[in-house]
Parts: sequence; C-alpha cells; structure tokens
Amino acid sequence: MNLTNRSVVVVKKEMTFLEKLYLPAILGGMWITIRHLFKKKATVNYPEEKRPMSKTFRGHHVLKLDEQGRERCTACGLCAVACPAEAITMVSAERKPGEEHLYREEKYASVYEINMLRCIFCGDCEEACPKEAIFLTDRLVDADYKRGTFVYGKDKLTEKPDKPIDVSPRQTKEVLEFKKNKKFAHNN
Amino acid sequence: MEWILYKTILVVCVFGLSLFVAMYSTYAERKVAAFLQDRLGPNRAGPFGILQPLADGVKMFMKEEIIPQNANRWLFVLGPGIAMFTACMTGAVIPWGKDFVNAEGVHFPLQVTDVNIGLLYLFGVVSIGVYGIMIGGWASNNKYSLLGALRASSQMISYELAMGLSIIALVMLSGTLSVGEIVEQQQGWRWNVLYQPLGFLIFLICAFAETNRAPFDLPECETELVGGYHTEYSSMKLGFFLFAEYINMFISAAVISTLYFGGYNFPFVYKYITDPLWVSVVSFVVTMMKVSFFIFVFMWVRWTLPRFRYDQLMHLGWKVLIPLSIINILITGVVLLVRNL
Repeated sequence: MNLTNRSVVVVKKEMTFLEKLYLPAILGGMWITIRHLFKKKATVNYPEEKRPMSKTFRGHHVLKLDEQGRERCTACGLCAVACPAEAITMVSAERKPGEEHLYREEKYASVYEINMLRCIFCGDCEEACPKEAIFLTDRLVDADYKRGTFVYGKDKLTEKPDKPIDVSPRQTKEVLEFKKNKKFAHNN
Repeated sequence: MEWILYKTILVVCVFGLSLFVAMYSTYAERKVAAFLQDRLGPNRAGPFGILQPLADGVKMFMKEEIIPQNANRWLFVLGPGIAMFTACMTGAVIPWGKDFVNAEGVHFPLQVTDVNIGLLYLFGVVSIGVYGIMIGGWASNNKYSLLGALRASSQMISYELAMGLSIIALVMLSGTLSVGEIVEQQQGWRWNVLYQPLGFLIFLICAFAETNRAPFDLPECETELVGGYHTEYSSMKLGFFLFAEYINMFISAAVISTLYFGGYNFPFVYKYITDPLWVSVVSFVVTMMKVSFFIFVFMWVRWTLPRFRYDQLMHLGWKVLIPLSIINILITGVVLLVRNL
C-alpha cells in the first residue's frame, strides 16, 4: 500500500546525453535553492519573538493565593502522593494566632519544594489539589548551572500578591464544576 | 616620486579592499546559506548582524594558538602565510575601473599594474597558492591533514590545466595577455562570454575547483577528513587559511568578471557620463557589482550541490574538461581562421 503518492520506481537505465551533461540538473537544483531565498523563514527570533504556546501548556508551577492574598495550600500532601515522579516534598506547620492574613487555614506548608529535574510536568498535582492551590503555568523553568538550584522552594513557587499569575485558561471543566459547589465555597 | 606614492596608495587600497570584501564574504556566506535554508543567519551583532565578521575576527585572535608537538614548526607557520600572501598578490593585475584622467590629462589607472603578461602572472601566483595548503598540510604531521594536502595539490594541478586551456582560447580571441587590454576590448556588449560560452563554463568550473570550494571542497571535506589540510590549525593561522579562501573567491570572481563579463564595461552607461571622476567611480561600481554577483554564485553553488567523490573529480577534470577545452581551442581557431580569410 502506498502511504504517499511520491514513491518512484527506480530504473537503472542509461543516461541520455542531456542527463550526462548534468548541467540541466544542476541548474534545476540552483533554481530550487534560489526560490528558497525569497521564502518565508522558519526562524523565530527567540527573546524578542515567542512562539505561541498552547493555552494549557504545563510549565513552571505556581502556588496560588486566594483573593485576600493568603496561601491556599494546606499541606494535605495529596499532590505529593499523586506525583508519579515523586518530585514534591513538603513540611506542614500549624498556623499561629496573628498569621491569619498569611495562611487561609489552620494548617499550612512551611516548606514546599518541587524538584524541577524530577518533575515530568504531567499536571497530576494540579488535578489532585482539593484547594486549587497548585497550578502549572505557561512559564518555562529557567536553565541553570547547578543541579541544586532546580529544587524550587516556596520563594519561587508562591505567586506574589502584587503580581498575580493568571491560570484561568487552565481551569478545567472539573475545577469549574468544583467551584460551583456551595459546600466548598471557601475554595473560591 | 608622485607616481610611486600613487601606486603605493593604490596597492594599499586594493589590499584593503581584498581584506574587506573577504571579511564580509564570510558574513555574506553565512547569510546566503541561512536564506537558502529558510533561516535568518547571524543577526545579533549590530543591525542585521553586520558586525559579525568583527566578532569572528576577535574570536579568531583570542583563541589558543596550538602547534602540534611533532609538527614542523617553521613550515607549520609558513603554510598559512603563503596561502594568505599569494591570495593577496593576485589583485594587482585586475583593473578595478577606468583610468581617472585629470584636467592636465594625467592618467591615474585603477589597476595596480598592467603588465603585458598579466594573465600569466595571475596563473603563476594562483599555482603558488597550492604550496600554502601543501606545506601546511604536510607540516601538521597528521594523516588527515596530509590527505587533504594531497587532494588539494592534485586537484589544483588537474584543474589548472583545463583552466589554462580554456584561457588559451580567450587569448587567441583577444590576442593579448594583458588583462587591461582584454577588458578594453569588451566595450559595450562585446563581452567575451558571448564569444566563449564553453570556455567560460570550463573556466567557471575550474575556478570552483581552484578555490577549493564546494562542490570541489575535497581538501577540507569535513565528513571524511575532519578538517582536511587545516585540521591541526587553530587561532589566527586557521583564520588565515579560511581568509585566504575567501580572498581567492573574491579574486576569482573578479577574474571571471574581467575576462568574460567585460570588467568595468557596461552597455549604455558611459554614453551618459562624461565627468572623468564619475566615469571612474561608476566603472568601479560596475566592476564590484559583477564581482558581487559572482561571489554570490560561488555561495549559491556551494549551498546547492553535494560534494564530488574524488574519482569523479578526477574524471571530470581529466576526461571531460581538458578534452572539452581542447575542442574549444580548435573551434575558436577554425572560426578565427575563417573570419580572417
């Protein structure tokens, strides 16, 4: 069966005089290359020009804050359990009185680390999270010279209150459904 | 005294021109290669990457200079020197434009020297050029370099024959060996290429082979010989070899345009320009346009055709081009004879 219509049967026949001259073939080749001179270039001038990413691109994670700028994560550990690459580790801590403006619930993650070299960016953590605290974003993980620097802590993962990171394109049907449920109203 | 001063300035100018054009040929080569492959090429150093050759030059100078332990140090240094020296020497007999005649009627030629054996001089110097490659490749004491040098020398000698024979037909036609006179004879549309199309084709093919450029770049072919004759070279000595190749390409383009495409001649142009200064300037521009076009052709061919196999190269040189050029001489002779009857 032919996959394409481009297959050609090879025949080993004597070349004609014109073919032996090679010049028509050479000129034909040069005609092909000169046409490429005026074709649209495939290059993307990277830092200035970026190739559009999929709306659901899975890159660098973010730990979202709620509307009042408090951390949503309660260190339940479901993301770490869901993680097939075992890239997530966390240490939980209890919220002290007076820290209500920092952490939304009584328990929070005092340490939250993702090893970006282990992470396979599957998005299972995002799916597992009952608090909508962790999302993958369209940001790329930066290159670096040392491996140790790829273990991202809360400093790199938590979004800054003044610079919210939009994850709305990643709100899947399930997440939106989850938000509708009044029982989980605190998740808004 | 003034004459010597003028000539000295001219020599320096031609030297500078060769270096400048060679420098920007490296840039043009990368750009042409990129464009033919649907890429953009260097565009980071300066606008459109125009400073790229400077960056490359600085890089070449800053690189570590390595001379292999078992290399013949003296010859190892001499090789790139000869290559560069001969490459720069050939520009002397090429007329870059029409003479500038000032009000007192003194001629200021734009050709360093119009020796009456200009063509022979050209060929002589070009054949010395192979010594640079041979000495460099041999002195490296490396089998790849040696193979590259061997290939270079046998290739250049083989193709020089066909080149010389194709030129003989041209010399028969023009009756002189002086490059300046050959150009003068091609006024208007009387370009030699119209009378010597076969000779031009042979000359062009041989010019590709003489400059060791694709599809005849076997002396340095990366896929088989690492880097060929310059495998062991680094830093500016490598730069010299590469630079010499580009100067050779520039000179070849200039020779092709002077011998076959009328040099500074261009139909209709000189009818409308009478001011002697402008005549010189325009003639220089016309020459450089033709040269640029042929440099482009060199690059265009390089990025189109695959490399020859060595036996194919020898086959083409000895069994095709030499007989063809002899036939060309015969035809030219017969035509000349019939015309003079």
